[in-house]
Amino acid sequence: MSGHSSYVPKTGFERWLDARLPIVRLMHDSAVSYPVPRNLNYFWTFGGILVFMLVAQIVTGVILAMHYTPHATMAFNSVEHIMRDVNYGWLMRYLHANGASMFFVAVYIHIFRGLYYGSYKAPREVLWILGVVIFLLMMATAFMGYVLPWGQMSFWGATVITNLFSALPVVGETIVTFLWGGYSVDNPTLNRFFSLHFLLPFMIFGVVILHVWALHHVGQNNPTGVEVKNVAKDTVPFTPYATVKDLFAMVCFIALFSWFVFYTPNFLGHADNYIPANPAATPAHIVPEWYFLPFYAILRAIPDKLGGVLAMFAAIAVLAFLPWLDTSKVKSMSYRPVARILFWVFAVVCVILGWLGAMPAEGGYVIASQIFTLLYFGYFVALFVLGIFEKPLPLPSSIADSVLGTMKGGSGARLATATASEPQAKG
Amino acid sequence: MNTRTLRLALVGLAAGFTLSATSTVFAAGERVIPPSLNWSFSGPFGTFDRAQLQRGFKVVKEVCANCHSMSLIRLRNLSQPGGPEFSTGQVTALAATYTIKDGPNEQGEMFDRPGRAADAFPAPFPNEQAARAANGGAYPPDLSVLAKARTYERGFPKFVFDMFTQYQEQGPDYIAALLTGYKDPPPEGVTLLPGQYYNTYMPGHLIAMPPPMQDGQVEYPKGPDGKSPVPETVAQYSKDVAAFMVWMAEPHLEQRKRIGMMVMIFLFIFGGLLYYTKKKIWARIPAAA
Repeated sequence: MSGHSSYVPKTGFERWLDARLPIVRLMHDSAVSYPVPRNLNYFWTFGGILVFMLVAQIVTGVILAMHYTPHATMAFNSVEHIMRDVNYGWLMRYLHANGASMFFVAVYIHIFRGLYYGSYKAPREVLWILGVVIFLLMMATAFMGYVLPWGQMSFWGATVITNLFSALPVVGETIVTFLWGGYSVDNPTLNRFFSLHFLLPFMIFGVVILHVWALHHVGQNNPTGVEVKNVAKDTVPFTPYATVKDLFAMVCFIALFSWFVFYTPNFLGHADNYIPANPAATPAHIVPEWYFLPFYAILRAIPDKLGGVLAMFAAIAVLAFLPWLDTSKVKSMSYRPVARILFWVFAVVCVILGWLGAMPAEGGYVIASQIFTLLYFGYFVALFVLGIFEKPLPLPSSIADSVLGTMKGGSGARLATATASEPQAKG
Repeated sequence: MNTRTLRLALVGLAAGFTLSATSTVFAAGERVIPPSLNWSFSGPFGTFDRAQLQRGFKVVKEVCANCHSMSLIRLRNLSQPGGPEFSTGQVTALAATYTIKDGPNEQGEMFDRPGRAADAFPAPFPNEQAARAANGGAYPPDLSVLAKARTYERGFPKFVFDMFTQYQEQGPDYIAALLTGYKDPPPEGVTLLPGQYYNTYMPGHLIAMPPPMQDGQVEYPKGPDGKSPVPETVAQYSKDVAAFMVWMAEPHLEQRKRIGMMVMIFLFIFGGLLYYTKKKIWARIPAAA
């Protein structure tokens, strides 16, 4: 929440630096004195976890790039060289490969938290849209990273996904040629994917800075969806309260991450990717990584290629319009009895779509994919209609009231307006 | 989550179960699921059985290596910690039995020299075409990572349980089953073309690899009583080969699991300390500010 800075330079050097580049002030205001709603639950720790995952992916990725060879005839063996001969290379590679999956685990929890508590609603629309942009960049980065080991799934996944763009009218073929750097997926494709896979994480980092900036400008949402009214009563300073809580959650998440890295490092991958890429042999089932499966199911649900591509991209793009598609004035679904049911149905629909994405595109699976694709988009239509007549439960009058249990029946659909007073300098 | 949403979640879960039940029926028609064997390297404390890896290497060297390459394995790997752990002397002696084409030398000529521990495991054929020509058109795959490249569909809900039980030995289970899964003559109604063999566990059942081993073909090291401590049978050879192939595919498996345990213990203690620190700090917030 923007407000007056509570930073007081203590030493002579700090005063000197503060007058020239107030960087310590910036850090103090955003990570120490920044007021955090006091009622946040553990779902709010995933933002910090995601920053950690991004940094972890960049660090392991940079080290892997020192040993990897982006060439069609050498890539597979260079990855195995990392696994066998590079000191702790197996650790770097398993951290990076499983890290991508964990990144998506965290981002999906983060997104669904936003969906449940209405974190996309005013004044957080830009914050939310930046999040959708990060999600898209993450998907592109993960897809290109999966191509780099140049196994069978790398190659055929790349062939299927790049071919999608050919469905676009007029520009389609040109885009595909640019992606391939030739007339099929081959060495030039691998080279440019490696280059872009190295570049995109830094673009993600840039958008993350905007995302955090927007967050710190409007302040965090909270489980009640009622905005902060009295900073002294409704919030606690980021440090030490949120810091220690985020740290604890992060350690728990790292334990889950470590479980996969050290004990079942190939569980989330596909065995076919340990077979070197072979353009002459198509695998029986071409399946993307698990985190793309719901979108893959939507893609294959539509019998028309262009229609499928548009539906798949629409499934992500629709999220960006959610702030205006959800017409309810109440943010948190804890106070929206009908929307809450819709939310859980939507979550189950996404899981089933993911499962359908892993199944062969034939017979009953296609029909099921079509039904669940309709249900996926139906959620957004339902939210639009529902907001008009749903009768929400009474909101607490403030965050402090909700915590202290003195519910003095806030008025139903009234949008609580933030009356942020001067932030208190605490801790 | 209130009861209504819980009920909905359960309905969704039930739907998932029924849908997946139909999928396993499909899968069963295509493939025979190999039996799950006991492996010394499974689970969080798993380690390789050195004697088993040494036996497996003997079978691989005497049988498999006649047709299959192992291009990613260096002979020195055989004496590395966490593997079969032959002595460096044994590996040097083994290496010297191979003739390696090296060069060019200063005269620009290729020359033959005795093998060294740093050499890759010599391939039986100079290239894929030569391998195909010698094997009736079929290409014997490289064995280096094959144990990780072969699997079978576990299906729902087994794949969920695998996350907790750490079951991940589909590869060796499949390899051991395949090596013992030949049926001669084939079941009725199956006609084999020349160069085809019937194998229960091969997807599609037709395989170009002839039954590679017979009982007693490979002589195992003798125990003090003059007899091999394990039977010299195809079933035992198959298990030993599969274990050796897991080591080839994952040579740092023991180190990985050992470090994993230390990481887990550290995270558990650190996490515990953080939890109580967090509780203590949050207790400072006054109930009504």
